[in-house]
Amino acid sequence: MDMIKTRDLTFEYIRRDEGGNVESINRAIDGVNLDVKKGDFIAILGANGSGKSTLAKHINALLYPTEGAVWVNGLNTAEEKNLLEIRRSAGMVFQNPDNQIIATVVEEDVGFGPENLGIPTEEILKRVEESLKAVGMFEYRKQSPNKLSGGQKQRVAIAGIMAMKPQCIVLDEPTAMLDPEGRKEVISTVCSLNKLEKITVLLITHHMDEVIYADKVFVMDRGKIVMQGTPREIFSRVDELKKYRLDVPQVTELAYELKKEGLDIPDGVLSIQELVDALLRLYP
Amino acid sequence: MIRDITIGQYYPADSVLHRLDPRLKLSGTLLFIISIFLFDTFYGYIAVTVFLVSVIKMSKVPLKYIMRGLKAIIVILLFTMFFNLFLTQGDVLVRLGFLKITRQGLYSAIFMGIRLTYLILGSSLMTFTTTPNQLTDGLEKLLSPLRRIKVPVHEIAMMMSIALRFIPILMEETDKIMKAQMARGADFETGGVIKRAKSLVPLLVPLFVSAFRRANDLAMAMEARCYHGGDGRTKMKPLRYHRIDYFAYLILLIYMTIVIAISVIENRLPSFL
Ligand SMILES: Nc1ncnc2c1ncn2[C@@H]1O[C@H](COP(=O)(O)OP(=O)(O)O)[C@@H](O)[C@H]1O
Ligand SMILES: [Mg+2]
Repeated sequence: MDMIKTRDLTFEYIRRDEGGNVESINRAIDGVNLDVKKGDFIAILGANGSGKSTLAKHINALLYPTEGAVWVNGLNTAEEKNLLEIRRSAGMVFQNPDNQIIATVVEEDVGFGPENLGIPTEEILKRVEESLKAVGMFEYRKQSPNKLSGGQKQRVAIAGIMAMKPQCIVLDEPTAMLDPEGRKEVISTVCSLNKLEKITVLLITHHMDEVIYADKVFVMDRGKIVMQGTPREIFSRVDELKKYRLDVPQVTELAYELKKEGLDIPDGVLSIQELVDALLRLYP
Repeated sequence: MIRDITIGQYYPADSVLHRLDPRLKLSGTLLFIISIFLFDTFYGYIAVTVFLVSVIKMSKVPLKYIMRGLKAIIVILLFTMFFNLFLTQGDVLVRLGFLKITRQGLYSAIFMGIRLTYLILGSSLMTFTTTPNQLTDGLEKLLSPLRRIKVPVHEIAMMMSIALRFIPILMEETDKIMKAQMARGADFETGGVIKRAKSLVPLLVPLFVSAFRRANDLAMAMEARCYHGGDGRTKMKPLRYHRIDYFAYLILLIYMTIVIAISVIENRLPSFL
């Protein structure tokens, strides 16, 4: 069974005036078919307004499809009785670290999810400890979240999700408000949860250099999935990526241009080291 | 300056007071406030002062930090004292033009000043030593009988704890917006009351916009973490009374007895002002 499955998912933001008449319709998602297997690390790329957040909210049953359907772990998100189980098994981390931390002490925030699920006290304490350790924030457990850096806050938010024992985490641009150091922290935390705890990860981002660890990348534009493939396949289609208003990493673009000029360089270069190696092979 | 508002903030430290049950601290604070407003005898105030000072000492919260909370209400404090000083009728001590200071006015100004100061010190001490979560848990527990008459106790407690969490964030934001607008020539400091109030409008608008966005985000984040009201919710740190709490209740009882006794002995019946 797939972890996440969507069929012809379409969602429209409908704006109504005071009389309840439709003023405008904004089709934010348009016929998306997505299949995510258990244990996968999936990245979703897309420029601003391409519908990434709207898609993410469907997986957490925060929004319901206008047309089509979404299944999380085999459960249809449109059915009211599945709500809690879906939100438990597919946790969500949001962009702004400040606006998703509920409590004033780190460990109390991590306990918020399990409390809502009605987990017994002893078990909550155990889970809080485990999840804080898994994201490397255990020593900060008694602190106020306000004193933490952005990257640390996001790791606390991830721990808060982990404490609900999810099978899948959806992260909606978790690094957008972070400095480079914080971005690295969060991405490596996410990678290790995927590798060690076998958590399915759906990482939404518009930083292309964050998707290189993914098993599969989807590119969204105007509510549609327009490209999909391994990071290397995606990175080798530089012109297309630019068309979808994505910032291709400099090294990828350089390699691409060099290749176009006739140099024998592999497709979809992901890192500086890779390009250096390729060039050294050509000009030893 | 906006950072000076420390009321409602938690100050982490390892003290007896921090470990006490929030229900005890809440009822203790309430009793303390009653005690300062119920009596106005000299020895009564000495008892109250001794109690407050020893509790502050026990809390391990630096005195300087506690005092900062007073800055926020200094205007209200001076205002109240001013009116008490000049507008109370009685035996005239000094005359300043059409204003006069009476003996009764002097006393009531001093007492009012002390009361307000103690009120702020006492209640901010409670928030310094109690995490907002504990505080609201305590409140929820104490008020839970009201659920029977359909008071949404859990929701109120949750709202309070979120408010307390966002106070420092919104303060910081206010500071930031203020600085950004000052850098562009906005003037919050000079001019009359009306002009100053007007200059706040461009400050409040972005602040409200941001507060609503945050509220929206937070509601979504809470829902995503399976929040669905108080039903079926368990607690990570359920409130349980320990021996030290019973001991503290005993001390509170003794304190109240002493204060009442003093006021009776000084032969002044409880007077509300
Ligand atoms: N609450 C909303 N009401 C109306 N339109 C919205 C709302 N949220 C997003 N949209 C619109 O839906 C589209 C997709 O937005 P979003 O999913 O937030 O994209 P992304 O996360 O990729 O930036 C955009 O055109 C945006 O303007
Ligand atoms: Mg978004």
